[in-house]
Amino acid sequence: MNLIKHHGKIETRASVLAILILITVSIGGLVEIVPLFKIESTIEKVEGVRPYSPLEQVGRNIYIREGCYNCHSQMIRPFRDEAERYGHYSLAAESMYDHPFQWGSKRTGPDLARVGGKYSNDWHVAHMVDPRAVVPESIMPGYHFLLEREVGYGDIAEHLRTLGMVGVPYTEEMIESAAADLHDQAMPDADYDGLLARYPKAVVGDLDGQPDRVTEMDAVVAYLQILGRMVDFTDIRTEDILQ
Amino acid sequence: MAAVMTAPVGRAQSAYDEDVVRLFTLATVFWGIVGFLVGVVIAFQLAYPVLNLDLEWTSFGRLRPLHTSAVIFAFGGNALLGTSLYVVQRTCRTSLFGGPLLANFVFWGYQLFIVLAATGYVMGVTQSREYAEPEWYVDLWLTVVWVAYLVIFMGTLLKRKEPHIYVANWFYLAFIITIAMLHIVNNLAVPVTFFGIKSYSLFAGVQDALTQWWYGHNAVGFFLTAGFLGMMYYFVPKQANRPVYSYRLSIIHFWALIFLYIWAGPHHLHYTALPDWAQVLGMTFSIMLWMPSWGGMINGLMTLSGAWDKLRTDPVLRFLVVSVAFYGMSTFEGPLMSIRQVNALSHYTDWTIGHVHSGALGWVAFISFGAVYYLVPRLWQAQRLYSLRLVEWHFWIATLGIVLYITAMWVSGIMQGLMWRSYDSLGFLQYSFVETVAAMHPYYVIRAFGGVLFLSGALIMAYNLIRTMRREIRVEEEPGRIVAAPVPAPAE
Repeated sequence: MNLIKHHGKIETRASVLAILILITVSIGGLVEIVPLFKIESTIEKVEGVRPYSPLEQVGRNIYIREGCYNCHSQMIRPFRDEAERYGHYSLAAESMYDHPFQWGSKRTGPDLARVGGKYSNDWHVAHMVDPRAVVPESIMPGYHFLLEREVGYGDIAEHLRTLGMVGVPYTEEMIESAAADLHDQAMPDADYDGLLARYPKAVVGDLDGQPDRVTEMDAVVAYLQILGRMVDFTDIRTEDILQ
Repeated sequence: MAAVMTAPVGRAQSAYDEDVVRLFTLATVFWGIVGFLVGVVIAFQLAYPVLNLDLEWTSFGRLRPLHTSAVIFAFGGNALLGTSLYVVQRTCRTSLFGGPLLANFVFWGYQLFIVLAATGYVMGVTQSREYAEPEWYVDLWLTVVWVAYLVIFMGTLLKRKEPHIYVANWFYLAFIITIAMLHIVNNLAVPVTFFGIKSYSLFAGVQDALTQWWYGHNAVGFFLTAGFLGMMYYFVPKQANRPVYSYRLSIIHFWALIFLYIWAGPHHLHYTALPDWAQVLGMTFSIMLWMPSWGGMINGLMTLSGAWDKLRTDPVLRFLVVSVAFYGMSTFEGPLMSIRQVNALSHYTDWTIGHVHSGALGWVAFISFGAVYYLVPRLWQAQRLYSLRLVEWHFWIATLGIVLYITAMWVSGIMQGLMWRSYDSLGFLQYSFVETVAAMHPYYVIRAFGGVLFLSGALIMAYNLIRTMRREIRVEEEPGRIVAAPVPAPAE
């Protein structure tokens, strides 16, 4: 009876009810999310993770635009079969500059966290133009239109600047050379020295088989080819990456 | 008297604002059919990829958010907003705060949100946050509409003529407040330019992932559960003509449910780069959540005490009761799947999709159908529904569709999870990834067929409701009436 009597005080006052609801539903989120920003071991200290190059970032935006995350995860779990199929389990550090994250929730297609370097540029282009020409059992849609569209990012510097505002360490130099870097990365025979110094391991050259222009296909291939390659796992010990 | 029965007498005389509830009811049926139809299309795309047409606007990646948003926010959202505005007036014995003007703003503002979001998806405008895909400008607009909705609801509670706030309204209020909190935090982003569509999420990586799934799981917990429990607490007792089973149980399970649900998000991130302590917290609270969930189910089902026989004769009540049974089943399966070792198998597979649909089709859609069947004759001053036999047909066709859907996804999900981790006698992985994709084909066909059945049921409902709105009545035998069978004569 006591419970009912006391609850009568709440359910006869709408504002008390509303405030108590707000307090009740705030607690869980505060306890779980806030420490993730405070506890240092949440993100492992590893070498190699860098901001995406302008072309990779454009490719990433296309990956998001087309909804690739609906079918492809980018998060390898620490199981034997996943290690053999996809590679080393994913570290939090590897997506620390991912705004937004692309871990995904469903593998209608395979995980892509370490797809970089596994296939040639030509394979990726052929596969995206007509997936079943390369993998007969595939149920992926075709994306031939990526080949036909030139990347029109006149505002790429603005994109990098915005990413800088939310915490990606783009330098002034990176922002200033963004438009040139975007163009050069997909051009055969460009001078890549500055680009590769700013963005080590970036895949450069004629990525989509159309040497004279920078298409959305170039951008997506550049993005896919860097996935999982920033951190070199050959000399990392497990103790170093325990959270 | 007969002329009075068919004339729209009640409309002008009602002390309640019912115009907006009628609009929300129509929108619920319309968007429901749209959402189910897109679901059927993308289900067939997974079985027959040529249906993607290789056009950017029709590919699975763009249509899947269209399906999820259409069913959750357009169909479910309109059902929630409409029923909440109906229930709050009846149980507070007062009209809506803000009157028809504010209510109409919320209705049309919400439809604008749906259209902006949906057209954006098809054009490739998305934040890629599941169930929170709309970009920043659509999010801001929804915030304005949602605040207006909260003002109407709170204002109506404050000017009520009943001393106590009825339990259904606690759930609706928790739904409105919590969705506001989740929506604002999860959509924190910086637009690239003020006049552009693109924004970048404020958070990155692991923090972004947990914020998103804190939102994502509570879109389930507060949009698809708390709100619909509000619906249950009004329409089940009304249709059964029985009081709620236990007042004490409703107090306990209400506070326990809203406190525990908010912790459950990390179970979407088991074995990921999210720290283990957060994963274990999420799992623990997800398992605890079983208890308040079943508290709600028991309270709903036991409300039928002494009225169980009505299930045989009243197909509308059957929709409502079976929805509560599906709720119990989904909220048993959910905690099971939140256990890390089970999740290791189920995660990334169709098992999750099947689980979601047992809740979405069985619980959310069925209780909405029950509520709409309850509301339409009353809102359009019809004597009764046009045809109860058609409600029966809807019920059985939709139930068969759900059974096909979820069993196909259980089999395909568990099978694919096992195939991924199976090794041959030499210690190599037994299957390539694409072999596991090929193995899904028959189940994808069965699932799509289940979807077709579910959609067909909704079309039958729409037909039945349109005839009801015109106050037509089909002369038919009462469902479930027992016809005395002739006693077989003895052999001798």
